[in-house]
Amino acid sequence: MIPSDSVVMTSVDEVLSWGRRNSLWPLTFGLACCAIEMMATGASDYDLERFGCGVFRATPRQADLMIVAGTVTLKMASRIRTLYEQMPEPKWVISMGSCSNKGGPYWHEGYHVLKGVDRIVPVDVYVPGCPPRPETLLEAVMMLQKKIRVQESSMGLLGALRKPA
Amino acid sequence: MSISQELVEGRLSQTTENLRTDELLLNMGPQHPSTHGVLRVVVTTDGEIVRAAKPEIGYLHRCFEKHSENVDYMGVAPYVDRLDYLASMNNSMGWAIAVERMVGIEVPRRAEFIRVIVAELQRIASHLLFFGTYGLDMGAFTAFLYAFREREKILDIFEMISGARLLYNYMWVGGVSRDMSPEAVTRIKEFIDYFEPKIDEYNTLLSFNKIFTERTKSVGIVDEATCHTYGLTGVMLRGCGVRWDLRKDLPYSIYNEVEFDVPVGSGQMGTLGDCWDRYFVRMQEMRESVRIIRQLIDRIPSGPHRGKVGKVVKVPAGESFTRTECPRGELAFYIISDGSAKPYRVRCKSPCFLNISTLNEITEGVMVADLIATIGSLDIVLGEVDR
Repeated sequence: MIPSDSVVMTSVDEVLSWGRRNSLWPLTFGLACCAIEMMATGASDYDLERFGCGVFRATPRQADLMIVAGTVTLKMASRIRTLYEQMPEPKWVISMGSCSNKGGPYWHEGYHVLKGVDRIVPVDVYVPGCPPRPETLLEAVMMLQKKIRVQESSMGLLGALRKPA
Repeated sequence: MSISQELVEGRLSQTTENLRTDELLLNMGPQHPSTHGVLRVVVTTDGEIVRAAKPEIGYLHRCFEKHSENVDYMGVAPYVDRLDYLASMNNSMGWAIAVERMVGIEVPRRAEFIRVIVAELQRIASHLLFFGTYGLDMGAFTAFLYAFREREKILDIFEMISGARLLYNYMWVGGVSRDMSPEAVTRIKEFIDYFEPKIDEYNTLLSFNKIFTERTKSVGIVDEATCHTYGLTGVMLRGCGVRWDLRKDLPYSIYNEVEFDVPVGSGQMGTLGDCWDRYFVRMQEMRESVRIIRQLIDRIPSGPHRGKVGKVVKVPAGESFTRTECPRGELAFYIISDGSAKPYRVRCKSPCFLNISTLNEITEGVMVADLIATIGSLDIVLGEVDR
């Protein structure tokens, strides 16, 4: 039992990244088949909320994780870019499934399919599979949390103060 | 003088007549929690009243028909799975039957039994997802968790027999890709015994819930004439009281050997053909699917699970039009073959596209909240609308 008047010493980075990685709010954003597996990940059996990542927000203004789940078509690509830009910093992107990784089964003849969502938004974690199992998505979230931990997380906050816009 | 003071003194009544009310153009989607995917609806509203709701589609156009012309007949099956990704088994069953009819392949009886059992399980899974997400649209989150609890059990069974959770590539031309193991049969039996009482639980939880029925009764009414104008099939047609089901009226596979009822809407809560009727037809269909599985599961004959089909399916030149009853309506494939290994042309007639095309007509003059209820009750999957 730690006495309530004790002092904890840590770095700003550690505190910020601890807060950020344990309260990832994803955007409610399903594109195609993978979205169903994303829903399954958030539902009864897999329960994404155990990892602090289950608060699906319907608006990009409140979200800081975009899970691109499904085939990205050319018509949808510009909208995804807009949604990404509407999300506040710091923000992360998980590319879920073969289609959003590299076009998937629509690579050869898909004249209307974007060959990889990383052509329009920067992707942090790629999840393979068509569609990936919920466990795979859970691992991707955990991997992203590790990534946030090692990032110099105060750069987003202090960097904005230091650098002129 | 402020408006509130004017209101108190009753002087505002003269000015309200002169208040200008503009129609407002609202974009609903393509990123919206209630559009079930990437549908965009351009809504013209007058206050809370919807004057027009025009669906704009094409955000998930995945070039199905183009792909079909560039891969062989077996290779089309995975793309067929991805049309309506909530009912992959039913879709690929339609494709397999279409090709088999062109070639004249005899499907072994064991394969027919496995196909029908699996297709009915998939129908339950698809309707369960509808039940869950429709609850979400109406603001009831609990139903979603209940539905996914049972759906995961079906997916486990599918994983056992086909190796995949969502997109299976299980129904091949001439039969099924893998045999069904005795363990899977046991699991299915356990599941239907477990699942049947759950439907009553859902009815208590959501179907007859006062808030839910108030939101869905007499909303989004589709009458029989509209169905005929737009070519609506499936639950949309049965919801307005027409007893038409391809499994019953033009039976394919072994549906003529099983007994089941075709549930239709009755206008029990409000008007015939409203959202609640369509919802409740789906709930009853789950019970009928259980009934079909129960009749077949103990009688699966032994034998091969796939007929004699070469590595490349050779289809003689000609045309065929085959339709099957999917959870969302009649899915039809029109195939033209020129005798080569690849189809010359494939046309897919999807039920969801027709369902969503009625949206403007049936939502004219409703409240904005009712628009959400109506879109949910159409049960569209954008993968099939845009193809």
